[in-house]
Amino acid sequence: MSAHDHNSSVNSDLHDHHDHEDHHDSSMADYVKGFIFSVILTAIPFALIMTKAFSNNKTTVFVILAFAFVQVFVHMKYFLHMNAKSEGGWNLLALIFTAILVVIMFSGSVWVMYHLDNNMMPMSTQNAHDMV
Amino acid sequence: MLLQKLKRLEQRYWRAMSTNLNTSTTMSSTDTSSRFYVLEAHPENGSLLGFWLYLMSDCLIFACLFAAYAVLGHNYAAGPSGADLFNLPIVALNTALLLLSSITYGFAMLQMQKKDLEKTVKWLAITGLLGAGFIFFELSEFSELIADGAGPGRSGFLTSFFALVGTHGLHVSFGIIWLVTLIFQLKKHGLTTENKRRLMCLSLFWHFLDVVWIGVFTFLYLMGVLS
Repeated sequence: MSAHDHNSSVNSDLHDHHDHEDHHDSSMADYVKGFIFSVILTAIPFALIMTKAFSNNKTTVFVILAFAFVQVFVHMKYFLHMNAKSEGGWNLLALIFTAILVVIMFSGSVWVMYHLDNNMMPMSTQNAHDMV
Repeated sequence: MLLQKLKRLEQRYWRAMSTNLNTSTTMSSTDTSSRFYVLEAHPENGSLLGFWLYLMSDCLIFACLFAAYAVLGHNYAAGPSGADLFNLPIVALNTALLLLSSITYGFAMLQMQKKDLEKTVKWLAITGLLGAGFIFFELSEFSELIADGAGPGRSGFLTSFFALVGTHGLHVSFGIIWLVTLIFQLKKHGLTTENKRRLMCLSLFWHFLDVVWIGVFTFLYLMGVLS
């Protein structure tokens, strides 16, 4: 009986140790900050599109992509609690590797398919340009 | 006094553990450094890193679907374009639901850290309901599109649109199933180490889906309405 008690106290001690190790640096302030930033960074692009703020489509695309890019970082910092040290840096390394693959794959696909359309389809250059 | 006793017990525990696990090693059983030997065999947070690697591979799936949309997104086949089809207020509502569910999941994690089981379950339930609302509006949007003859078979644009948004919706649906399962697990077993680990994995999954949605609403909906 007493041996069992001791064992469980040892166990709970170990569990507490685990809890401490597992602890992520998340706080109410982080989540609220992340939420407010996200709301702002979402509302502005929606407003820009819905009110047709820019007459030039290229400008609009550039601006809303910039907002999306920033918001991804906000989410990673405040919601996913990413930093260079989490999991001994392996998290960040995997993320960077994935980002490189995504950039190569995405830009490569768009580039190749654009030229394929341009060179092989019986249509004017202007039409092919519109397709990308 | 009690602390010393505990310390000794802990040492005995680890010695017993290490002799159990490393019977073939020549390491002396009185060597307390063997406890590190055991810990290294099962690194802390191993499953969190593994889950992160899964998310990164999932990220590649979404990137492929985004690339497919980038290539096919303007092949309307003389059919409707995004400007004709998309209903931005509904998209804004969906975005709000998903963003709210992200912060309510965060609140659940904070309650978990405070070891408050009841409030953790409550926030998880709210998160699940917001997620279900998101799925509801997405499915109603899909059914409207299909009823209008703008189903996935209509054009290259709609095929890639349904593939990407559908895959994201499927992820959210499975996230909800996982969340409901975890609520039952929590009610049965409480905030055990295993359940906390599962909650942290689902947290990564849920926030990751919100990150993907940023790309979806920007690249598909907002830019689709422009053209």
